Amino acid sequence: MSDAISKIKLTDNRPIFIDNDPQDELFTLNLGPTHPATHGVFQNVLQVDGERIISGVSTIGYIHRAFEKIAERRAYYQITTLTDRLNYCSSPINNMGWHMTVEKLLDIELPKRVQYMRVIIMELSRIADHIICNGILGVDTGTFAGFIPMMVKREFIYEIFEEICGARLTTNIGRIGGFERDFNEVAFAKIREFVNEFPAVLKEFEALLERNRIFIDRTSGVAAVDAETALSYSWSGPILRATGVDYDVRANEPYSSYEEFDFEVPVGTNGDVYDRFLVRNHEMWQSLRIIEQALAKIEKEPKGVFHADVPDFYLPPKEQVFNNMEALIYHFKIVMGEIDAPKKELYHCVEGANGELGFYLISDGGRSPYRLHFRRPSFINYQMYAPMSSGMLLSDAIINMSSLNIIAGELDA
Amino acid sequence: MAKLSNDSVIGRLNTRFENRFNQIEDPYGLLTIETGKEDILDILEFLKTDGELQFNYLTDITAVHYPDLPKEFAVVYHLHSLVNNVRIRIKVFLDGAYPAIPTATVLWNGANWMERETYDFFGIQFVGHPDLRRILNVDDMDVFPMRKEYPLEDPNRMDKGDYFFGR
Repeated sequence: MSDAISKIKLTDNRPIFIDNDPQDELFTLNLGPTHPATHGVFQNVLQVDGERIISGVSTIGYIHRAFEKIAERRAYYQITTLTDRLNYCSSPINNMGWHMTVEKLLDIELPKRVQYMRVIIMELSRIADHIICNGILGVDTGTFAGFIPMMVKREFIYEIFEEICGARLTTNIGRIGGFERDFNEVAFAKIREFVNEFPAVLKEFEALLERNRIFIDRTSGVAAVDAETALSYSWSGPILRATGVDYDVRANEPYSSYEEFDFEVPVGTNGDVYDRFLVRNHEMWQSLRIIEQALAKIEKEPKGVFHADVPDFYLPPKEQVFNNMEALIYHFKIVMGEIDAPKKELYHCVEGANGELGFYLISDGGRSPYRLHFRRPSFINYQMYAPMSSGMLLSDAIINMSSLNIIAGELDA
Repeated sequence: MAKLSNDSVIGRLNTRFENRFNQIEDPYGLLTIETGKEDILDILEFLKTDGELQFNYLTDITAVHYPDLPKEFAVVYHLHSLVNNVRIRIKVFLDGAYPAIPTATVLWNGANWMERETYDFFGIQFVGHPDLRRILNVDDMDVFPMRKEYPLEDPNRMDKGDYFFGR
């Protein structure tokens, strides 16, 4: 650390800039916690020389909600709503990751059709998340033009979610053992409509920005990270792949039948903002491919199957609850969360929209987890932000944060 | 597909660390070993730098509190060998009175915030950490909230007692 950097002192654990030298031109800038350009609750105490950042300290935790502690008191099915609020731009991936963790704990094998339905949901939310990230990156570099048509398509994805589960943002989609109900015909029709219509919009978006001289000048070479540094900071997701490391949980440790799908893992070369943008665009194309394949596969499966047979954890149909004693007992036990899980320990991870989302679950044989730890990609990806900002222009640091796709809910858990 | 079996990882570890780790299990195929705080840094460094194993990716660091065990705290490391596509979990049990363990930031920069989070919630001291202070909780908090002695809800509240639910 140079002499200039050491002027940020930690007083009572708070980063405070101390300047006793009237001659120098450095000053402190509080970027956040509610700066409109950071798209979320992020505070960085920066020491700047004009437009150039000399050093910075990140302060996080403004929306910490103690999810891991709350999870220790809740029954397994009640934790799904907590996962919604991690990365709220793609909550279905979190929901599915959590359901799969519990299913792994309980040794539940899902019917193929349910797994394909889950793949569709997860890929749709991956697209929705990448739309936000890349669309906002366009806005931060100066164009609204690409953002609006893309947001219309994201709205359409939310309509699909609404059709499937009734909610849009914090979806609570699916149940332990499958889905709460089958996708209806409207939902399937809307998914097909999306698959047919989204390519034209995405193509237009790419045509607007990928070969755009202004956009390339603005993003290429900004915040370039080499693979070794990215790995030492435990980066994952599109930003790691932009540095050239082909690590994707879907390919490395396939879950939910991803091994049956034909898709590519796009990688970049120098890990700058432009490469991350390209990787995300390519991933949207790959997600579309996966959804098309999943739709074709569902056609071949027996119709109307939308959950596995797990009476201990999957609610019986409502009409049976009112007329059948056994069903009423199961209904009561499930809703009260009175069914014990086996005593085991496991780590399950899924490829979230911005990295490896892991669930480290320890069950002591009771009704709720003994310990549940979320490996949150935003939290781990974000820690490089302040060190890598040193020497950067302020405007570059802003688009760097956009392209890292840090979601405040996942950062603070 | 894992190119490296758990047995061969154990065999490779045994060449250097015979009898310095124990409790070998593999729940759900994830190799789990337990070691002491004296050996943890050596083992982590060996796993990371060994040309055959190449556990170069630190997935996660966290801790678990077992108030009933003689050694109350377990610090849990998850490592991942991206080359061989195999994972390993390493546990270190620590005393309750003064839980301290060497920092892994010398091996991975990414360990910095993971250890700060673990310190914040469990009070584990990571010796040698460059910047060990609270990260998610407020700075003037004087407890470590994920320890089991801090129950989530008010313990004096009677209407939610376990006996009402037959537990």
